[in-house]
Amino acid sequence: MSAPAATALGASCASCHDCGLLSRVDGRAHGARCPRCGAALHFRKPRSLERTWAFLIAAMVCYVPANLFPVMTVISLGKAQSDTILSGAIYLLMHGMWPLALIIFVASVFVPLMKIAILAFLLVSVQRRSAWRPAERTRLYRLTEAIGRWSMVDIYVVTILVALVRLGNLATIEAGLGAVFFGAVVVLTIFAAESFDPRLVWDTSQGRQT
Amino acid sequence: MPTVACHDCDLLHRLGPLPEGVTARCRRCGGLLRKRTRNGFERTLALALAAAILFAVANAFPFLSFEMRGRVTQTNVVTGIVDLWKGGKPEIAALVALTIEVAPVAQLSLLLYVLGLVRIGRVPPGLPTAFRLLRHATSWSMIEVFMLGIIVAIPKLMGMATIVPGLALWSFVLLMLVLSAAMAAFDPEEVWERVEGRR
Repeated sequence: MSAPAATALGASCASCHDCGLLSRVDGRAHGARCPRCGAALHFRKPRSLERTWAFLIAAMVCYVPANLFPVMTVISLGKAQSDTILSGAIYLLMHGMWPLALIIFVASVFVPLMKIAILAFLLVSVQRRSAWRPAERTRLYRLTEAIGRWSMVDIYVVTILVALVRLGNLATIEAGLGAVFFGAVVVLTIFAAESFDPRLVWDTSQGRQT
Repeated sequence: MPTVACHDCDLLHRLGPLPEGVTARCRRCGGLLRKRTRNGFERTLALALAAAILFAVANAFPFLSFEMRGRVTQTNVVTGIVDLWKGGKPEIAALVALTIEVAPVAQLSLLLYVLGLVRIGRVPPGLPTAFRLLRHATSWSMIEVFMLGIIVAIPKLMGMATIVPGLALWSFVLLMLVLSAAMAAFDPEEVWERVEGRR
């Protein structure tokens, strides 16, 4: 192994979360403020692992009802038909709209599951002080940060359908409980990704003792 | 030469003044250190102004009309949110309101406030708070995802009735492009440099 790389932490410096300015922090970072913008300075995001786990577990819990309950119910001429996320995607597939089915499947099933899996993997790898491919793990983290928002697609589709199809007895569409839980999954995974500090991946791979 | 740390892996880099059009990345993990676009400051300001106008148009007009057996309903974003709220799903209504209305409005007004005042040679009061809010507003502003939602919703509805795209739909398409371009050109470090050079 080569010598430890020169990091801000190693040089007793912290960069500001808000404005990015690097400043020297003497002693413990507790209570230090950014000289340029006044934000609280930390070497690492405070209690990153605990907070990320908390949001992630909450997201996993909400993921179950998000898929079991219908996201929307179409009431047309007295008949009601409810669709969950998965049955909605399958319906689109059966009716030849496979590009749409693919968008819904990727945004609503694949992206949230992948995001939860990647964050859990990153958390476990940091806790086990893994030195395995830190650059690739950092890239995985950046991926989860970038794609998470696209899961909102289904929520917007439901919103648009509810807003447009309101013809009383002829046809109405109602949002279901599944959509509420699904929205919670999206928000919780965004919080989880925001709480995770990718620098921890590098700290442990350099064998730093905390 | 000033030193910066990579936000993703904490590695220190010496980073001199960047020429326009150059992006500096971390040599260890590839994280973004700083990006300078050509005329980034003026470009962001111009695009943010255009986005504000497009946002107003996108919200003032219906974006889709739905026609079934001679009956027509229209919707814009605000009526959609209100319908969801009344339909007993206030949580979803609040999430849609936050990501399509509140966050983009905050994002655009904060950008215009900061860049506009710096442009006319003044230091914006409360600049650190404005930057902090702008960062949060940007991460919750999801116009481009909403566009994809419209793209998915239209063919779904076409099976039921006739769909007529409205003026706001085209404004949303333009807004999405202009807003992404504005954020891609935005370099907060340049604002700090201009403000500190003046103090």
